[in-house]
Amino acid sequence: MKRILYIFGVIGVLALLQWGLTAVLLDGPVRQGPYYYQILVLAGINIILAVSLNLTNGIAGQFSIGHAGFFAVGAYVAASVSYYGGSAIRAAVSFIPPMGQDAVVLLIALAAAALATALAGLIVGIPSLRLRGDYLAIVTLGFGEIIRVLILNIDAVGGARGFSGIPKLSNFFWVYLMAVATVVTVWNLVRSTYGRAFLAIRENEIAAQAMGIDVTRHKVLAFVIGSMFAGMAGCLFGHYTMYLHTNSFTFVKSFEIIIMIAIGGLGSIEGAVLGAVLLTVLPEAFRGFDSYRMIIYSLALILIMIYRPQGILGQKSLFGKKRRKSATIDAGPTGAKSVAAETGVAGKQ
Amino acid sequence: MFLSNMKSLRTGIIPVLAMVLLAGLSACNKKDAGSADNEILIGHYGSLTGATATFGQSAQKGIEMAVDAINASGGVLGKKLKVLVEDDQGNPIEAQTAVTKLINKDRVVAVLGEIASSNSLAAAPVAQQNRIPMISPGSTNPKVTAVGDYIFRVCFIDPFQGLVMAKFATNTLKLKNVAVLRDIKSDYSVGLANFFVENFTKMGGTIVTDISYSQGDKDFTAQLTAIKAKNPDGIFVPGYYTEVGLLARQARKLGIKVTLLGGDGWDSSKLWEIGGDALNGCYYSNHYSVDDPSPILQKFVADYKAKYKGTSDSIPDAMAALGYDAALILADAMKRANSTRPDSVRDALAQTKGFMGVTGNTTLDENRNAVKPAVVLEVVVDAKGNGKNVFKETVSP
Repeated sequence: MKRILYIFGVIGVLALLQWGLTAVLLDGPVRQGPYYYQILVLAGINIILAVSLNLTNGIAGQFSIGHAGFFAVGAYVAASVSYYGGSAIRAAVSFIPPMGQDAVVLLIALAAAALATALAGLIVGIPSLRLRGDYLAIVTLGFGEIIRVLILNIDAVGGARGFSGIPKLSNFFWVYLMAVATVVTVWNLVRSTYGRAFLAIRENEIAAQAMGIDVTRHKVLAFVIGSMFAGMAGCLFGHYTMYLHTNSFTFVKSFEIIIMIAIGGLGSIEGAVLGAVLLTVLPEAFRGFDSYRMIIYSLALILIMIYRPQGILGQKSLFGKKRRKSATIDAGPTGAKSVAAETGVAGKQ
Repeated sequence: MFLSNMKSLRTGIIPVLAMVLLAGLSACNKKDAGSADNEILIGHYGSLTGATATFGQSAQKGIEMAVDAINASGGVLGKKLKVLVEDDQGNPIEAQTAVTKLINKDRVVAVLGEIASSNSLAAAPVAQQNRIPMISPGSTNPKVTAVGDYIFRVCFIDPFQGLVMAKFATNTLKLKNVAVLRDIKSDYSVGLANFFVENFTKMGGTIVTDISYSQGDKDFTAQLTAIKAKNPDGIFVPGYYTEVGLLARQARKLGIKVTLLGGDGWDSSKLWEIGGDALNGCYYSNHYSVDDPSPILQKFVADYKAKYKGTSDSIPDAMAALGYDAALILADAMKRANSTRPDSVRDALAQTKGFMGVTGNTTLDENRNAVKPAVVLEVVVDAKGNGKNVFKETVSP
């Protein structure tokens, strides 16, 4: 019961924020508002990407460098659903108001993106995760490139022209709802038996196997869940920018996400969130340096790595100790608590 | 619980804080430089870094020159023009963010850019939504100006270049059998190839084979061998300079001696460096030629050479000339509108007729596309890789 209340609480807070942000930033008095809004939304999408990659790379310890590939699959599948099937879906639910219809189309697109990317993750993961070592890195890098070239050759999604005419269905509310959902899911997963297994695999695969953990199954599970969230991020991305082009999904994007989690602290969820925000905001903040922008930006990243090689937060969790206790002692409403922590209304029961 | 983590956090936060401070400083600088009352702010977004960096940099040089020239002769409506330039790294989403920033944060009254159509397509909806006129100097994809009535371009569109080269191949070179080798990753290349094929067959020619490569490829032996087997008397390669240069060398090595034809994506001094003398006797269509005797153009070339003497690209390419024209056409529209209000400027832009720019007599049609002549250039490169483009002929619409 409490959990449901918290879920509605989060939705309510985000909806309120969406309304407030629209009033202040988009239609309101802040003259650079739309620019800040755009950065805010892109940061949210990067949070989903970083936290989901963190599950594979940081928590389960498998080095995937093809996250942009899954991001692309989700973006294009979802965009196709709403572009080609949008009117049919709207007709089917014509009894609800247009805003509700938008939500239905977006949710169906989200589901399609999640399914498609989970499937893609399964196909890539099963053969490559049976092996130990660098194979996943090589396979995922290849996968990312294959997906990109494949999209370039599919005319129905625009090919090299780019996919334009995607309806604008996503906004701050949807992006951050998804970001909260991603963080909560990963958070709870890490504190479940599956999460313990992921950590055990990361620390020592042979030891984990000796303890009776089905190593391949757990690795694939982490990988598929991570990919699925990347796909959903893709859906929100495409429906926000209204235009997709494969230049946004090169391996450079994959590395950007890896940098986010490395800067934040590999394995730390808050670190991934922090890294995602930092890597979205910094290049924009450095625009004042004109042509030296990317040099300063790279320099900043190098400096962080010199002073904090383990990432800004390391493997520490900001609320770590309290969490861990609650997870082990009362196995009950950890989900609800995490939601509370995210929205800043931490329960003082 | 919190405090135990704080200590380790502190060391991490110092560099972050330093960066935030830096960022804040840089933001302040920009603001001070910006909104003076006697200035009209216009924005330019382009690929100053990344794979197509020469495009953005050249366009920026052209725009700078135009703005300097306008300001030297008294500015527009008694105010000086000021260009704010943002880099988009050749990435569509960066382009969208850059234009959002220019329009909303810097409050520019008009936006110039981009060269690459994919970046223009991502950014154009932002300009349209905010009702700020955007002029693309070099995006030839027809879809760009179809985004809305605030989006213009000062170059001709892909179909026209395909038509020009088809006309040139049929009438001047008397080619009958042509092979097409398109860059499947680039919409520009695909568009050009489609219109070439359509017009060339219409004029009685035969396309013996139509195959593709991908931007970034280094080895074209497979495609060239297949083309050689068909024995064409010309090959149409509407790609970008990097691949075309490599491809030309490999073709000559395989013993393919026929003429290569292409579009304005060839236009870069890097083409000569990469392709060398393999490119001798090849032709491409372009927006303008340095050899055109028109006085306005010769003055532009001389000024450009004087201004950028000593840099590696001291001869203006088409992107520089188009950037120059885009800025001039914008200033002209502001003068005719007698206002810098975006909607008045838009209306004036839409009525641009017979504007004499360095890239020729430009009229903007009802679809906000430029109607203007194209030139066909012959590539001449010596054994050392020093090249030049020789003006061959002008093809009118």
